Amino acid sequence: MIQLKVNGAVRSYDGDPEMPLLWYLRDELQLTGSKFGCGMGLCGACTVHVNGEAARSCLTPMSAAGGKEITTIEGLGHDGAHAVQRAWEQIQVPQCGYCQSGQIMQAAALLKQKPKPTDHDIEEAMSGNICRCGTYQRIRAAIKIAAGEGAEVQS
Amino acid sequence: MSARVRLASRRDFLSGVFSAGALVLGARFLPADAAEAESSLDVTKMTWNPSVWVGLNHDGSVVIVSHRSEMGTGIRTSLPMVLADEMEADWARVRVEQAVGSDKYGSQDTDGSCSIRDFSETMREAGATARTLLVNAAAARWQVPLDECQGLNHQVLHKKSGRKLGYGELAEAASKQPLPHNSTIQLKKPSEFRYIGKGVPGVDLKDVCTGRAVYGFDVQVPGMVYASIERAPVLGGALRSFDDSQTKLVKGVEQTVTIDHAKPPYGFQALGGIAVIASNTWAAAQGRKKLKAEWDLGPNAIVQTESYKRDLIETASKPQKVVRKAGDVEAGLAGAAKTLEATYYTPLLAHASMEPPAAVAMYREGKVEAWAATQSPQDVQKTVAEALGLKPEDVTCHVTLLGGAFGRKSKPDYVAEAAILSKKVGKPVKISWTREEDIHFDFYHSTSAMYFKAGLDAGGKPVAWLQRSVFPPIGSTFDGKSVYGDDGEMGMGWTDVPFDIANFQAENGPAKPHVRIGWLRSVANVYHAFGVQCFVDELAQAAGKDPVEYWLATLGPARKLDFKGQVQKFTNYGKPVDQYPFDTARLQRVAEAAAERSGWANKRANKRAVGFAAHHSFLTYVAAVAEIDIDANGKVRIPRVDIAVDCGPVINPDRVKAQFEGASVFGASIALLGEITVADGRVREGNFDKYPVARMNDAPRETHVHLVPTEDALPTGAGEPGVPPMAPAIYNAVFAATGKRLRELPLRKQKLA
Repeated sequence: MIQLKVNGAVRSYDGDPEMPLLWYLRDELQLTGSKFGCGMGLCGACTVHVNGEAARSCLTPMSAAGGKEITTIEGLGHDGAHAVQRAWEQIQVPQCGYCQSGQIMQAAALLKQKPKPTDHDIEEAMSGNICRCGTYQRIRAAIKIAAGEGAEVQS
Repeated sequence: MSARVRLASRRDFLSGVFSAGALVLGARFLPADAAEAESSLDVTKMTWNPSVWVGLNHDGSVVIVSHRSEMGTGIRTSLPMVLADEMEADWARVRVEQAVGSDKYGSQDTDGSCSIRDFSETMREAGATARTLLVNAAAARWQVPLDECQGLNHQVLHKKSGRKLGYGELAEAASKQPLPHNSTIQLKKPSEFRYIGKGVPGVDLKDVCTGRAVYGFDVQVPGMVYASIERAPVLGGALRSFDDSQTKLVKGVEQTVTIDHAKPPYGFQALGGIAVIASNTWAAAQGRKKLKAEWDLGPNAIVQTESYKRDLIETASKPQKVVRKAGDVEAGLAGAAKTLEATYYTPLLAHASMEPPAAVAMYREGKVEAWAATQSPQDVQKTVAEALGLKPEDVTCHVTLLGGAFGRKSKPDYVAEAAILSKKVGKPVKISWTREEDIHFDFYHSTSAMYFKAGLDAGGKPVAWLQRSVFPPIGSTFDGKSVYGDDGEMGMGWTDVPFDIANFQAENGPAKPHVRIGWLRSVANVYHAFGVQCFVDELAQAAGKDPVEYWLATLGPARKLDFKGQVQKFTNYGKPVDQYPFDTARLQRVAEAAAERSGWANKRANKRAVGFAAHHSFLTYVAAVAEIDIDANGKVRIPRVDIAVDCGPVINPDRVKAQFEGASVFGASIALLGEITVADGRVREGNFDKYPVARMNDAPRETHVHLVPTEDALPTGAGEPGVPPMAPAIYNAVFAATGKRLRELPLRKQKLA
């Protein structure tokens, strides 16, 4: 039996310990905000926080999630109140939106670590998260807004 | 999609009665107000619905139908917003209902960059009709002349007395008004627009940012099982035998089921294979890994990309079918002071939307209910009906949000898989493709070879231009004999080259496919614009001219093009040339705007590596300037892109800009990274490691979108036309940086030094 906390609630799991956290969140807890994109940690769509740090849930087996505190996009900020979510809304970052849970979780983890990230920090932290619609320019701008360094969309 | 839209009716599932409503987007946990939420999001259940597009309740709430699929363009917001504006409805009181597939809406196939073009008038008329009826109802109640009344922000105002009646209060009365004669319906003047030309926050924005938005991958219905399908590794392969004994030992696996292999022409058929049915996604995938399958691989198993490419180039080197002829190209070339020739090549591409294909289907008693990330719910109805021997009206297709699509999700093979399996196992079945399946079994963007030869006069002006393209056409997916591009593909940047060259000849050669060919964002324009826009840059270089000046001179004087007498059929994206003329003055204007706003001349003077391209597609005029840097390791970076756009009057400027920002990234993926290759008929690439797409550190650092609309034109497309000029602009910038002319995509496979 694996015990873990998901968005503050204690959960227990007794299935295949090799099953990635992503499928536990999506198929068993119906927390479908964390997305499948590649299954290999290449795209970041499945990004959640494990003990406050960004992690790819598609590569995190349930055995490794035991005893951890997991935060998903659904638990990040009450009704989208997290600074990153507000910035995302403010400048309408999303297009299709599918990758954006992962982008937001990655950005939130970055800002926790580096409250005033440089362009280089942002690129370093965010280049593991693919957005096929191509919203990178707004992602960069929104991170700066969330960091309190208001930035206009370039175009 | 609002949190409420996805609420499903558990009632309906439990009672075995199919829901007729359009709201069921997957059953989850139902709050107590589910039934209320459901009826309040169905126009037909509102107090009043004057058309299929809109409903008004006595409490003033308005529901507007989106019959187009949301894949990132913002169309679920933009079209309803147009209706709301004309209705004088307060956007804060509007909710959007996603339509199920039904021909009562006209075409729902969300592709070809045509939603605004083809439906904004319809939305305006529907909104104006509703407003007129509300005004009529108020005037009747007050017993005052109609012209003293005006619909204004969710109320009707009696201008003389200042009396007001809310729309909600008028809903009942409006429902009893006779439909007004067309001549009494007045559209608003542009100066009166409340939302059109300004925009509103996207209806799905909050849900996306909080993880509540529901995509095809997210649909869950009670009793659902998960399927993972092992398919023949080569198109045209068939199952010989399989052993599932190890599969059945995997915990959570319920059974295996076969699907008959598709037969050519493949169309949208399910490809076939062995499906592992399990209680969750992971168990299905684990079970599939343990399958042992033997395939008859079929005739495509001999295909190698390297030899296939050589054949395309060989075909392009010889005279082929003439598809456009002006003047005498042979004589023009013979009389030229200088001739140049070049061969360009572009590879197969996969769509690789972030959400791979996904759907849930439930077969019961001769009917199917499907929930799908689809661009075309009516094609889902047809395809599923054909697969199961039903009538299209027996298939209900609910449309979820699409996690990207780019053309892939107009082809509902994956929904057919779910429906076939549901019938076989007697339960709702969810299909969710892995990334490898997505890359291995796509309807690929075609590969092409293009040969060019041009003759210049003594001043460097082109006097003759010959071009030949060869690519396996999209038609081959639907007709096994099709080997030539059709009029539509030819009209995408090939027969409609706008240059003013007296002797111009376009040809097209045959190519047989070995994979399913489909359409990808901007379709044949991608390779045609790449070849044409790079080759004209070569001519500028040969003539010793500035590329933009040369390009503008080659475009020639302002004129409207219809290619009469030169082309058998100029398709003009299915639109009449009198309404949507190909006006070179507009192309010139965007070219000049891109050059000016990017600081082209200054950058050239300062030895910055800039490249230019301009292209008309989907009736929209676009020019791009890309600026690049090459670092010490040879990595190409794109610090800045400027794109100038004329798509006519703009409905939702921020979303139009977003589309072109995105197109610059999509185009960068094509220019720098994208390539699908085949060995022994099998696609080699499988995930983002082998099929990279642009990440933040590959993408243009800044994309500046300059809207230069022609206000008295009709609105045209925004989703696709930003893509075609990107790859040639980047390649022309690479030439400016290195002096080396590269003629094959993608850049990562070329030697820069």
